[in-house]
Amino acid sequence: MNQKTNIESSYKLQANSHKPLVNSNLLSKMNTENWDCKLAVMKYAKFVLFTFAFFLSTFALSAQQQRFPKPEFDSGYTQPSPVTPEPRALALEYFDVLVLLLVLSAATYLALKSRSRQGILWLSIFTLAYFGFYRNGCICSIGSIQNMVLSFFDPGYSVSITTLLFFLLPLLFALFFGRVFCAGACPLGAIQDLVIMKPISLPKWLNKTLGLIPYIYLALAVLFAATGTDFIICRYDPFVGIFRMDAKFHMIVLGVAFLLMGMFVARPYCRFLCPYGVLLSWMSRFSKWHLAITPSKCIQCKLCTTSCPFDAIDFPTNEKEVVKSGLGPKRFVTYALIIPLWVALGVFVGNRSHTFLSKANPTVYLAELMISKPEIKDDLDNIDVQTFRASGESMDELVLEAEAIRDKFYTGSMIAGGFLGLVIGMTLLNTVVFRKRQDYEPHKGNCLSCARCVDYCPVEK
Amino acid sequence: MEKKNKAQSRRKFIRNGARLSLLLSLGAVSAAALRKVTTDGYVWQIDPFKCTQCGRCATECVMTPSAVKCIHAFDLCGYCDLCGGYLKPDANARSTAAENQLCPTAAIERKFIEEPYFEYHINEDLCIGCAKCVKGCTSFGNGSLHLQIMHHLCVNCNECSIARVCPSDAISRVQASEAYKVKGSWTNPT
Repeated sequence: MNQKTNIESSYKLQANSHKPLVNSNLLSKMNTENWDCKLAVMKYAKFVLFTFAFFLSTFALSAQQQRFPKPEFDSGYTQPSPVTPEPRALALEYFDVLVLLLVLSAATYLALKSRSRQGILWLSIFTLAYFGFYRNGCICSIGSIQNMVLSFFDPGYSVSITTLLFFLLPLLFALFFGRVFCAGACPLGAIQDLVIMKPISLPKWLNKTLGLIPYIYLALAVLFAATGTDFIICRYDPFVGIFRMDAKFHMIVLGVAFLLMGMFVARPYCRFLCPYGVLLSWMSRFSKWHLAITPSKCIQCKLCTTSCPFDAIDFPTNEKEVVKSGLGPKRFVTYALIIPLWVALGVFVGNRSHTFLSKANPTVYLAELMISKPEIKDDLDNIDVQTFRASGESMDELVLEAEAIRDKFYTGSMIAGGFLGLVIGMTLLNTVVFRKRQDYEPHKGNCLSCARCVDYCPVEK
Repeated sequence: MEKKNKAQSRRKFIRNGARLSLLLSLGAVSAAALRKVTTDGYVWQIDPFKCTQCGRCATECVMTPSAVKCIHAFDLCGYCDLCGGYLKPDANARSTAAENQLCPTAAIERKFIEEPYFEYHINEDLCIGCAKCVKGCTSFGNGSLHLQIMHHLCVNCNECSIARVCPSDAISRVQASEAYKVKGSWTNPT
């Protein structure tokens, strides 16, 4: 536990005092003198002691010497050692990865092969119990995005292999089997899936518009992680407080609000916030195999149309209507041409907002505060300002540091803005792209592979 | 019919190509991460030499009470009767009466050993990590009382909510194999 192997050289005086007195006459003499002094002081008034302590501190601190050396006890007292309980064993962290792998495999099997909604349901209950309530929602794949980003931008931080696997495995599964992670391996998804009561179908435009929020969230999360400012995905995770049964009041309110909303708008966090869902959706769009509503051939019975609580079933295209309107190609060209404009607009907005965004960084915030309100340095209640003043760091150093961070924000927010512009442009373009569909099919990007629709299909294998 | 097949195979080709490029980009990302990956886990810990005892550890932790507790490095303790960490600076008497104690939860237990020495022991269940005693001990004593994150209580958040607001940046990720920075056995790199 707490081994006493590495005692600093400055504590040698105290270490030596463990030895019998005969062996170290000189030292014991020094000690005795010190003790006489100390005892005398202790006997009298305490303010004398405090003055003494302050007096000592002027040189004792710099010399790293103890003000009051440890006494030698005559009564055979043995000193206890501080208790330092070990953190969770590393083997258990690897076990978590194994559990994730097993759950992902099981979800794939249940969604694609045995096509069992009930199986997925039980699997998500297990996930909720294990990754949610037992592991307290940490470690999770959603937050691992930030660890990956930080490891690329912070030379002092390297991602641990378990975090890397937690980031990678669900994406790999999505690339081959669709979003099976969302179906059965995500505790945040599981808790929302279990509260779905009477899901309403949102209009398409609203679905698309709200579907842009995850991209914004992802862009901000990457920006803040890259600048070493904050891990916003973890900080504003609405359900982690419920998993821990302990959180700040407003986070509990947020979590409960999401669950209440989730009774009618199915899985609101997954569809309209989850930044990892963006990556999964990209992968899943090109997945090799994917959950299919019907086991063999669609008979157009339309029984599944209302089964999906996430509006992720694409209906067969009405070819006549599209051809009749004749607007398709024209709009496509227009929307394609304005994509660069969207990107430019995004970069512009990013450029404009970088000052505002950089205030989230504590260093930048402190520097700004001390420049804009110089009188704040006399405010004894402001802990940050007082700690900075006591640290001995000069104002120039702080400003330099803050400027370096703001430079990062300058580039970062322009890239993020450009990315968001591209996303908006592509989303618009996608609305006019005509895809020929004859059957009822799950939308590969949005389908969470929960296998609800499968139960509705009357076709036998 | 043939035309349809052609269209389908083209679509398939595009999809396969997209999948391959996504796979390659995933591979590139993980290869870049693997260049400096660690096999050890991370935990959060306080550097007691950087800590300025601001008191935020008691209020900012996601756990209630905080996973930050006071730890006593007995090695460095002077076993004084008049303890700057135990007694209020304006205490009436050097006794265990609650009015004299600095600790708001009376988590420091004082035990008489021999004249004039006392052992101070932290009752972890009562400690809230407010660092009042640490401030007293560091200002007037040896600094043997100091804060540490106790790993059987810490849930090891991806980002420690105390580290985010720590004014002296005393909390950082450390390797799980060296999870504590106890004074005395742990030396401050200068």
